[in-house]
Amino acid sequence: MDSTNRPSAGLDNLAFRAALARGLVSRRSAMMGAAGLGAAAFLAACGSEGRNPTTPGTGAGTGAASAAPTAKAAQDMSDTEKIVNWSNWTEYIDVTDDGKSRPTIDAFTKETGIEVNYTEDYLDNDEFYAKVRPLLEGGEDTGRDVWCSTDWLVARLIRQGYVQKLDLANIPNAANLEDSLKNVEFDPGRVYSLPWQSGFAGIGYNLKATGGKKIESITQLLTDPALKGKVTLLTEMRDTVGLVLLEQGKDPANFTDADFDAAIAMIQQAKDAGQILKFTGNEYTDGLAKGDIAACIAWTGDVVQLQFDDENIQYALPEKGFTIWSDNFVIPAMAKHKKNAELLINYYYDPKVMAEVAAWVNYIPPVKGARDELVKIDAELGENPLIAPTPDVLSRSHVFRGLTPDEETKYNRAFQSIVTG
Amino acid sequence: MSEATATRVPASPLGTGTAATPARRNWVPYALLLPGLLWLTVFFVLPMITLGSQSLQEGNVDEGFVFTGNVGIYADAFSRYWPHMVRSLSYAGLATVLALLLGYPLAYFIAQKAGRWKNVVLVLVIAPFFTSFLIRTLAWKTILSDNWVVTQWAQQLGITDVLQAVGLTSTDSLLFSPFAVVMGLTYNFLPFMILPLYASLERLDPRLLEAAGDLYATPIQAFRRVTWPLSLPGVVAGTLLTFIPASGDFINARLLGNTQTTMIGSVIDSQFLRVLDYPLAAALSFVLLVVIVTLVALYVRKAGTEELL
Repeated sequence: MDSTNRPSAGLDNLAFRAALARGLVSRRSAMMGAAGLGAAAFLAACGSEGRNPTTPGTGAGTGAASAAPTAKAAQDMSDTEKIVNWSNWTEYIDVTDDGKSRPTIDAFTKETGIEVNYTEDYLDNDEFYAKVRPLLEGGEDTGRDVWCSTDWLVARLIRQGYVQKLDLANIPNAANLEDSLKNVEFDPGRVYSLPWQSGFAGIGYNLKATGGKKIESITQLLTDPALKGKVTLLTEMRDTVGLVLLEQGKDPANFTDADFDAAIAMIQQAKDAGQILKFTGNEYTDGLAKGDIAACIAWTGDVVQLQFDDENIQYALPEKGFTIWSDNFVIPAMAKHKKNAELLINYYYDPKVMAEVAAWVNYIPPVKGARDELVKIDAELGENPLIAPTPDVLSRSHVFRGLTPDEETKYNRAFQSIVTG
Repeated sequence: MSEATATRVPASPLGTGTAATPARRNWVPYALLLPGLLWLTVFFVLPMITLGSQSLQEGNVDEGFVFTGNVGIYADAFSRYWPHMVRSLSYAGLATVLALLLGYPLAYFIAQKAGRWKNVVLVLVIAPFFTSFLIRTLAWKTILSDNWVVTQWAQQLGITDVLQAVGLTSTDSLLFSPFAVVMGLTYNFLPFMILPLYASLERLDPRLLEAAGDLYATPIQAFRRVTWPLSLPGVVAGTLLTFIPASGDFINARLLGNTQTTMIGSVIDSQFLRVLDYPLAAALSFVLLVVIVTLVALYVRKAGTEELL
């Protein structure tokens, strides 16, 4: 039942691929984690029992959110154990057509002699956090040396002192990081994290279900009577609220409580009017492909994949701006093979390698030069603005700002009360 | 029932009033209980205590949670989410009734008429369990999809109008509605209804029905006076096994429902994993537990426990 553990990776992979072909799952498939949710919730429940998290030496916490506690490091076994344990989202790396091997990982092992235990057990940021938090809190090894978390979770992990600083001496290729991603608010100068893939959240729609109508703005998405009851939004708060903020002329990187409330009010209004069918993880792909969902807030990579099968599926990046997110490599506290993990990151920061991955996953590679390499692999992909966005497109993309713990709780609560209302 | 009496007899081998006899054997049943008790203590009682104490804590994930005995959380949880609670119980109740209506004739057929096909049909009943819960539920998205025959027939036959009239759907499509959620629940928990029903109907002696016939009972009377009372333990067990997990379910509502069909399970899920409000989530879990236990107690009492035990 629990498909998230490693031993059955081969079978799972086949099942996932079959499911993908039917449009059931793709990368951010929150649903596949559902089976594990109960257990995760239980772990979460046990973990916080009376115990305080590894509070830093600076225990007296007035405005202490800025002084992040340092993550504990384990003795690095990298040189004796040629292993690295990497947890990642499903369908998020290149795989051969028979689904049996992952070429870039195999090449890495060949080059360095380091064996990669690649596990697709990262199904959802919240769920993954619930799974590893009790271990991190107790100062224990999570059994993982590296994983890829979305920006906002990286911010939280840094804040709580659960991830280690990267040793850039082992990652010379980090210099290839796209300039626009170098100085993110939650990790200035990229001390703790390096992006794995990026993507936009915009509007996806199915021409068959919209009656040939183009959907180009969030206002249209939330009010056009032609879409009534056939619109879905993402449960990922930062993407949904971020797009609405932009529509209202606010910047998700710099907004006030009142701006947030106004955005929530706009969503609530659309919900009360019956415009919104539901809030989803990326299971919207299935409904969008079938036409049960006419239009939705969608992630780029998902839509690019749907477009291969059906040209009625369209994507619009709203004129007023859209959000960009990244999933980032981080090395957790007490990781046993930190250096190996860094070598792995270094390897993927080679533009050639990154292009191979991008050709398969269809998200935006964060590495300079990967675009040119991608054109060599597949000219059409290399020119797709959703995979290789032009500087003009990139300049319209926005990042959701980091939140303080109090804001995070408050905003999540407000947003979830619409989602589960 | 008869087994119970059979085992009780040798416990007093010498029969009459020598009350203080076999102390030696009295501990055996308790020893046999031990593994089960241990299991329940570790995996049920302890988590319950944890959950209970957690519900009375205050704090946040960054600074940790501290026990403050904040009982007010229960009032808060109940007043904010009672509509979800009521909704969950009604969906689960509806699904249970549907499962009973579908399952009873089927179980009767398997138990009494299937003959040598009995085992094959039983395997077919369980067969859906060979695939994952998730995939089974996702299949309903295809079945009820707008551009598929089921919805189109339902529209032509006017079924969608009926469903709309009773409030189970709000448009003329079937997917993403209370109807779809109830269908998903019914489907997913149907085997839990069929198997206990089968077990009790299988023991039904056909000669009792013949006797009823000989006494001029019509088939309907025979069913009401013989079959139904004898199958009652199966009915009670089946309805409980369907109703209890269905009321806590959140996958069906999430995949097949809309923004108005959120069940209490989804709320707990979102409070635990998204908002990270562990105390509220724990309190909600407890409230759900108490509500279900109360309902079940009332129901079992009404249905007559002596039939079961």
